[in-house]
Amino acid sequence: MDKKTYSRVGEALWHTRLDNGLHIYVDVKPDFQKSYAFFATNYGGMDTRFQLGGQWQDTPAGVAHFLEHKMFDTQDGNALQDLAANGASPNAFTSSAITGYYFESTEKFEENLKILLSFVSIPWFTQESVDKEQGIIGQEIQMIEDDPMWQAFMNLLAGLYASNPIRISVAGSRESISHITADTLYACHKAFYHPANMVLCVAGNVNPQRVAELAREILPAQGGEEIVRDYGAPEPEHAAQPLRELNMEVSAPIFQLGFKADPAPMGQERLRQQLIGELVGEVLAGASSPLYADLYDRGLINKNFGVGYEAYPGCAFLAAGGESRDPEAVRDAVLAEAERLGRSGIDASLFARLKKAAYGSRVRALNSFEHICVQQAQAHFDGADYLDFPAVFDTISQQDVEGALRRWCTSERACLAVVRPKGAL
Amino acid sequence: MDYIQERESLPAFPALLRKEGWPMAELTRTELFPGVHLTAVHTGKFKSCVLGVNFLTPLDRETASVNALIPSVLRRGSRNYPTMQAISAALDELYGGSIEPMVRTRGEVQCVGFLGSFLDDAYTLDGSTLLGRAAGLMGELFLQPVIEDGCFSQEYTKGERDNLADRIRAQINDKRSYALTRLKQEMCKDEPFGVDRLGDEAHAAAITPQSLWAQYQHLLHTAPVEIYYCGSAQPGRVVQALKNAFSALPCCEERPPLPRPASKSAPEQEKNVEERMDVTQGKLSLGFRAGADVWSKQYPALMLANAVYGGTTTSKLFLNVREKLSLCYYASSMLEKHKGVMMVSSGVEFEQFQAARAEILAQLEACKAGQFENWELEGARRSVVSTLRSAMDAQGRLEDFWLGQAVAGIAEGPDALAERVEQVTLEEVAAAFQTLALDTVYFLTGKEV
Repeated sequence: MDKKTYSRVGEALWHTRLDNGLHIYVDVKPDFQKSYAFFATNYGGMDTRFQLGGQWQDTPAGVAHFLEHKMFDTQDGNALQDLAANGASPNAFTSSAITGYYFESTEKFEENLKILLSFVSIPWFTQESVDKEQGIIGQEIQMIEDDPMWQAFMNLLAGLYASNPIRISVAGSRESISHITADTLYACHKAFYHPANMVLCVAGNVNPQRVAELAREILPAQGGEEIVRDYGAPEPEHAAQPLRELNMEVSAPIFQLGFKADPAPMGQERLRQQLIGELVGEVLAGASSPLYADLYDRGLINKNFGVGYEAYPGCAFLAAGGESRDPEAVRDAVLAEAERLGRSGIDASLFARLKKAAYGSRVRALNSFEHICVQQAQAHFDGADYLDFPAVFDTISQQDVEGALRRWCTSERACLAVVRPKGAL
Repeated sequence: MDYIQERESLPAFPALLRKEGWPMAELTRTELFPGVHLTAVHTGKFKSCVLGVNFLTPLDRETASVNALIPSVLRRGSRNYPTMQAISAALDELYGGSIEPMVRTRGEVQCVGFLGSFLDDAYTLDGSTLLGRAAGLMGELFLQPVIEDGCFSQEYTKGERDNLADRIRAQINDKRSYALTRLKQEMCKDEPFGVDRLGDEAHAAAITPQSLWAQYQHLLHTAPVEIYYCGSAQPGRVVQALKNAFSALPCCEERPPLPRPASKSAPEQEKNVEERMDVTQGKLSLGFRAGADVWSKQYPALMLANAVYGGTTTSKLFLNVREKLSLCYYASSMLEKHKGVMMVSSGVEFEQFQAARAEILAQLEACKAGQFENWELEGARRSVVSTLRSAMDAQGRLEDFWLGQAVAGIAEGPDALAERVEQVTLEEVAAAFQTLALDTVYFLTGKEV
């Protein structure tokens, strides 16, 4: 195993690649009681159309998430229970791009890691259990569909993108998941859950050599083929729709305002664009920007207002959202501020302190084992090295941020999604 | 590769040794001024330091909203940082530190103040130390508000009062927590515990800069103040920095500690409440009175009873009501340890309401009849112990834990409590189950068509 030290953030990662193609990263943390393991596949809600053995496959929306639910079933019972019986807190999530399984525990780490590696790599589905899960996931879908924040966000994505599958809800719909069978799940597991398409990240008071030994012992000796995926036709630069609206039982309008950014390149440049994108958001409408103070003073936004940058395969965007009595006024103010910044540039002292703040916040985030492991896993799939961010930070200039802001934050690239209270159209 | 060597090369950190040999955080508790206490956790394992300050005050229908508004208005501006933008700039200079207004309840005590997080001194780019400046900024925001005509700013009060009213109204947006809030209100109609941490819209709307100022002065002069620090600075330096930062606190004769909540027993016949709203999934919550609370010797046994019943993924509710019978999308139970109340929260299809309710209660009856296996108890124990131990690895959870202990006047740390949980016997858990009695059932269902 190789060890790489990141002295500026006080971290070190052990790394190895097994013969089956699995990459393993271990952050040794002797001062902590708990350990955390994250086992992820490069397969998420966006991956509905892909090639298997040279043939294009179209799968229903929601398979990756459905698989995540069903993977905990084992021939002998349920891995969730086995881990919980050891006092571990296991869970899993599916995003648009990846699916990850994890546990945190303060005891029996190796035993728990064995359970994690085996249940994720050995599928066990019956048609009966798949039918039953359709009910459970159907309930989950109903629950998220009742969430106005989620609705605003999904409508934003549907408004920004014409065909990129980021528009697809990760959980699918009640209708789409009704087409999922045990066979669908087996086929998708075979395609995406092989070691070469996965990564294992661990943080805690553990021996990295033992982590690698256990992975070698439990996982298949061979990796699978690389999967070709279809993320839709190339997207135009402009937003597909400028405005999307719906009504729900909410007390005040909830909105998401988005700007379509350039799709991010792979490798360390992707991390660089991430940092630039976050700074664009902070300069434009972050908590210490002039615009934020103005909107807050005018009662147009409240503490729930937030802004962020996100990148997925084939797409990247800035999103600012929250609650407002007048979302259109917020949008107009953000567009005017973007225009002003594009014209007269960013105040140099504002830029300097925002960069300092962004740096400190990112270092502080490393308190979380989950953050370290999930970010490292995502960066690994993106071909980047996450903990190297201080070096990347050094290369970002005010001109980089101004350039991105001028390109992305225009009315052509903007979409506003609003959830309005019932009866207030 | 030799990972043992790795361990030795870590910066030496003065610490007590636990029996397993791991360095452990050192805890000190200091009375900075009469009725003003500092709880400081000394540890070098985090990238950040956490600072907190809270007034502790009785939870009361009449004052809950005005108390809840105080930290938000204080956060708008101070003498040297009169605008939010000025505060944000100061925080940016402290490497993106945060100071957030906090309103929490612990049983029948309302805790209002600030929680801040800053980059630990070890990671600044220029080697500067942040603790003194961070504590100074928090102290200034807490004690030196912008003053207009002898009281709070009209503009800040009005702005934050509207935000508070919006937040109270917005509680309806999250149906899961709304159903629990409504359960508490219905179950504890005549007890302070039934008051929401933010109070209510009518009281919020009536607040003026003058009434807010009067209550702020009341807290400044009479409320116990709890200050918290967790980070790498030496305890002596922490005490000094915080004494300096909060030296403007009025030094009065006493800030009397707050009383414990009264315990009440469940009614003979439980109360049933049903509400209709335009939702696609129903929410069912149940409230129980427990015979123990955080002060009881039986508290660890009650923690385990709650975990066996509905507190974990090996619990009766999770395995039977959710997994086996698919009656709920989620079903779990939680303890309000400062009040001696247990609550069940679940999401159900409208037409499953009766079946889910019956099954949730049947599972409790089974527990009361002693129908839980040793593996269920041990799974619950591993989960409770692990949650307590890992709290020491998470700065936010640790702060929350110690605030709860400060409110209760209990000095026991998460590790010592975990030790007590290890010692609980099956008989003690069975006895804890016997004390649980159903008080109120709340059901949020869809609109009739």
